[in-house]
Amino acid sequence: MVSEVTIVLLGLLAITAIAAIRLHDLFAVVMMFGIYSLLAAVTFVVLDAVDVAFTEAAVGAGISTVLMLATIGLVGRWERRPKHRPLLPLLVVIVTGAALIYGTLDMPHFGDPSAIVHQYVTPRYLQQSSMETGIPNVVTSILASYRGYDTLGELTVIFTAGIGVLALLGIRHRRREKKHDG
Amino acid sequence: MMDNIVLRLAGRIVIPLIFLFALYVQFHGDYGPGGGFQAGVIFASGMILYGLIFGIRSLQRLMSERLLHVLIASGLLLFAIVGIVPMMLGHNFLDFDVLALEPLAGQHLGILLVEFGVGITVAAVMITIFIAFAGRRSGR
Repeated sequence: MVSEVTIVLLGLLAITAIAAIRLHDLFAVVMMFGIYSLLAAVTFVVLDAVDVAFTEAAVGAGISTVLMLATIGLVGRWERRPKHRPLLPLLVVIVTGAALIYGTLDMPHFGDPSAIVHQYVTPRYLQQSSMETGIPNVVTSILASYRGYDTLGELTVIFTAGIGVLALLGIRHRRREKKHDG
Repeated sequence: MMDNIVLRLAGRIVIPLIFLFALYVQFHGDYGPGGGFQAGVIFASGMILYGLIFGIRSLQRLMSERLLHVLIASGLLLFAIVGIVPMMLGHNFLDFDVLALEPLAGQHLGILLVEFGVGITVAAVMITIFIAFAGRRSGR
């Protein structure tokens, strides 16, 4: 089920990731991350997951690139070379990656029609959701209606993230402004 | 960047289109790809582009800190209230069927409101994070 397009896209993803690791100009690294997100979005389109692709393009290539650029504006453009050799982190990453790959061996193959998830939930949603919710886009009806509780939780996570950033970065800013006023 | 006429002119043309597209994604999410989250991010990116081109101060004048705080909370609150209203009517939490006379109309209304709540909170959080990062630089 692996087409040539997928192979090319995944190869480009790997090349972009390696380039991002090897570059020391953080501005170029951020651009690489943007390219990576766009490639990932195209991969999602190839997998027919247009909603996910949309999110990846908007958040990964759009907003997070701008936020990282704003951060570079604060911390400077060039990567500082670490004094120690990062062997232990490399080991941890390799072990974790190997464990994750080992974990995927148990998963059903991509697009396998006999996978458990395709046996009862997916057909039910695909057949019943437009009758039960009257909405043609199954993704929307699952996210907003069937799994509304999960979406409420996700929105709470975003809310908490916003509050967290305000608590960490916003307060100092406001105190400085008050000093200017008084 | 304030005096770059190409950026200012292009921004003036592009930013309204971005907002229009965000509204399209918000309210057309039932039929095509997209929904509240994507619409919120696109709306926020339009605002961030405005801030990048016309300066962070103009953006702060447009979206004051207080307004953003209210918006962050009100989106989540809207979602939660839409969930609680069916409980008040004696049904399950987030059971949209009872929001209108017919289950289908109720589902439609519920999903529309919930997605709108998601869009409001996501857009406000993204703009707030951008201002929190970029505003520090201009404060220096």
